Amino acid sequence: MKNTRWWVSLAATLLTGLIALPFVEKSVAAGPAVAEVKIDNFIFTPATLTVKAGTRITWTNADDIPHTVVSDDQTFKSKVLDTNETFTFNADKPGTYSYFCSVHPKMTGKVIVQ
Amino acid sequence: MAEQRSGDASLLNHIHDGIDRRGFLKCMAWAGTGALCVLQGGVLKSYGFDDVARMTKLAKGDLSFVQISDSHMGFNKPANSDVVATLKAAVDKINALPVEPAFILHTGDITHLSKAPEFDAVDQILKSASAKNVFFVPGEHDVLEDNGKQYLERYGKNAKGAGWYSFDQKGVHFIGLVNVMNLKAGGMGSLGGEQLEWLEDDVRHLSKSTPVVVFAHMPLWNIYPEWGWGTDDSAQALSYLKRFGSVTVLNGHIHQTMQKVEGNVTFHTATSTAFPQPHPGAAPSPGPMKVPAEQLRSLLGVTHVNYVAKHHSLALIDSTLE
Repeated sequence: MKNTRWWVSLAATLLTGLIALPFVEKSVAAGPAVAEVKIDNFIFTPATLTVKAGTRITWTNADDIPHTVVSDDQTFKSKVLDTNETFTFNADKPGTYSYFCSVHPKMTGKVIVQ
Repeated sequence: MAEQRSGDASLLNHIHDGIDRRGFLKCMAWAGTGALCVLQGGVLKSYGFDDVARMTKLAKGDLSFVQISDSHMGFNKPANSDVVATLKAAVDKINALPVEPAFILHTGDITHLSKAPEFDAVDQILKSASAKNVFFVPGEHDVLEDNGKQYLERYGKNAKGAGWYSFDQKGVHFIGLVNVMNLKAGGMGSLGGEQLEWLEDDVRHLSKSTPVVVFAHMPLWNIYPEWGWGTDDSAQALSYLKRFGSVTVLNGHIHQTMQKVEGNVTFHTATSTAFPQPHPGAAPSPGPMKVPAEQLRSLLGVTHVNYVAKHHSLALIDSTLE
């Protein structure tokens, strides 16, 4: 009798797991891919970011000075970002986008959209 | 000229230009103690405090004014949580000068985020200065978002283009330049073709004995290109001033005093009234430098400039808030 109960519990657990699995996978796959660039100490990190088309990129300014994110060809252009402010760009179109901080133009970065 | 990597190095690298380096180094050693260094015909003479008192009894043709810079109104991070108080302290310093300055030059970064209340606050504080006339040039923090529209509405009534202009006082020709607009990726400060053409024309008919003072936010000499401390097309601007016997260039942006003499041109940067920044290369980035609270005011200050007509020279005195 004990053995039967044990088998039943195991089967129930496995069954629950099998049913739950697709839901778990689905919640990870839902929504666009995301990527992050951190701004700190007058540097964009990573300096070159490579993403797949359709990725949503978020820049966060962790510096104690305001910065901007402006692509050389004006494809994307943030407003001024003070500390902890963010800028988001949906990288839909493949290409290489060089960008810089228009306030401190020595700060440069690159986004490669594949 | 070799890239300068520190304030001291830039002062020393003038081997072949005939400048009195020993006198200059002596002056630099006194800098910050209220000593007066006067450049006369390429020779620097230093004067102590008593001499300063005598010299500041300005004669009729003389001129005294003050440079302040980088008030960054609106900044509120740990490097200085009260930029209002330190700007007020700078005004107190101006008001305590033995001679009332004819006017104030503000070399930019008036505000931190180009916001209207920030501009208003600075205007309000400067109202209590003894000198009622203030001449501005914008810093990169003053032209955010709107391409300088607000700055021009407030301070650019008699200016051309992005805000450049000139005026004369007591025979000295003052030129305010704007080098913080249309900055290019990877570049430094920029004057642009239109402004350079205007400058060439502006000084064309001046006699070479006219003392010229140029003021602009970003340094007009390459202090530290890695941090953007310089102006890409300043050489062309300076070429128009080559024939003048006395040229003084007053800049801000780097939040520390630094001076260079090259021929008849004296370059000088002012401290900020808001927060200090590190020496070139001494930190990972040129951002606000946090120091112990009791040290802050010793790294902020104003610059007092005296033009002594009979010497045909301008004397620069930096003094800190404390």
